[in-house]
Amino acid sequence: MADYLMPSLGADMDEGTLVEWLVQPGDAVHRGQVVAVVDTAKSAIEVEVFEDGVIAELLVPVGSTVPVGTPLARIDAAEPGAAESGSPKAAPPAVAPRPDTAPGAHPGSVSPVVRHHAHELGVDLGTVRGTGRDGTPTRADVDVAARAQERPRVSPYARRRAYELGVDASALAAAVPGAVVHAAQVETEAAAGPVVPAAPAVPQPPAAPVSGASSAPTPAEAMRAAIGQLMARSKREIPHYYLQASIDLAPALGWLAERNSGRPPSERVIPAAVLLKAAARAVREVPDLNGFYVDGRFDRSEHVHLGVAVALRGGGLVAPAIHDADTLELEELMAALKDLVARARSGRLRGSQMSDPTITVTNLGEQGAELVHGVIYPPQVALVGFGRIVERPWAVDGMLGVHPVTIATLAADHRVTDGRMGSRYLAALESWLSRPEEL
Amino acid sequence: MNRDEARTAVLTALSRIAPEADLEALDPGADLRTEIDLDSMDFLGLVESLAETTGVDIPEADYHDVRSLDGLVVYVAARA
Repeated sequence: MADYLMPSLGADMDEGTLVEWLVQPGDAVHRGQVVAVVDTAKSAIEVEVFEDGVIAELLVPVGSTVPVGTPLARIDAAEPGAAESGSPKAAPPAVAPRPDTAPGAHPGSVSPVVRHHAHELGVDLGTVRGTGRDGTPTRADVDVAARAQERPRVSPYARRRAYELGVDASALAAAVPGAVVHAAQVETEAAAGPVVPAAPAVPQPPAAPVSGASSAPTPAEAMRAAIGQLMARSKREIPHYYLQASIDLAPALGWLAERNSGRPPSERVIPAAVLLKAAARAVREVPDLNGFYVDGRFDRSEHVHLGVAVALRGGGLVAPAIHDADTLELEELMAALKDLVARARSGRLRGSQMSDPTITVTNLGEQGAELVHGVIYPPQVALVGFGRIVERPWAVDGMLGVHPVTIATLAADHRVTDGRMGSRYLAALESWLSRPEEL
Repeated sequence: MNRDEARTAVLTALSRIAPEADLEALDPGADLRTEIDLDSMDFLGLVESLAETTGVDIPEADYHDVRSLDGLVVYVAARA
């Protein structure tokens, strides 16, 4: 049995409104399946589940606004294949040993449900004192063992939420030795007031405008306020440094034009996708730009989840992520980008697209300015910008020609890297764009 | 396809890409990228949509001829 929680769909999200349930109790769900639609200050977002199971109970009715981390539904964890058996288990899972752990069975024959539970909690079954038949560990025994484990543990998600809310997660963990600190506790703590007086003040939702004190903010106002809060925190907390490099795009655009010619529109790739691919590949060479700065330290990410700033028609922007962008083929990345832009503009992003970009790219596009000094999305530590592609005189091997050029910029966090490392990133970017066929 | 049919097809495709734009008030000779804020992804979507509805596939090499409403109408009318 697991609680399915209101997800954090970006560092600036404090609460969400459940606008639609797409499942009912008894429904089998699969990892990655969209189960609900949640409205945030920025847009309506389709949220997914992260494990297979069966919906046991919906805890939050449509129309409710609840804080991030609030249980939305209870899901019975499914054994592999159980969901396909056609017998939905709406009742709580049986804790009693299954027939194969009947009298005479060895302690080693623990039920798969309990084994899975132990694995989830990081408990070694060999160390658990069993109270079931013949000393077989039960689910409750595993819970006891998990609580007894001494090391204070904070889930990565709780750590991030703690950062976002200005809560000292390690203090929470120390207060309850052996317990796992979950995001919900962090939320409770945040609601109770700051733990550390020196912690930065938690930005409060803006008060309604004075002129219309009785009316709720419009969606555009709410989005602007959310962007404003996040960017203000970025400027307040992150010591930005900025670098720029002019990059010749003649090789990349020439290669792309040749690739696209003779292909139907549905198979064409736009220059932005090539820039994003290069940005993602270059991050692998300078991994200290990729991850989260939380609790005074940098957590490098093993994956490159590339945030893409998408301007919305009618104003505002969102920066959802393309997961593992560095490993995608160019065609796959283009498809992901199309999906992202279409969803962002129609207000139907996926929760997984919103939650965890590790570095963000902003591309000013054809009508934009020539360069952007980016503002980093906390808790990320770098933002890559591409200015409008313009034709410029460009010298190659002593010969002057007219080339398409973009000014690439990097805004990065001085607490993690410095200009030398940042320069290496821009050099890697230029190198990838000079050999597009290898992207 | 005559001009009127082509115009209808183009306007239908545009209204899908930029639902909030006032297409009645559109300057038929103006660059759509600035006129109704189409970026390269939008433009590709427009080209895809026209290929589906009219069968006219506009290659990238011809993009400079179809930057305005009039340009699109003439291009599509001549080929569909």
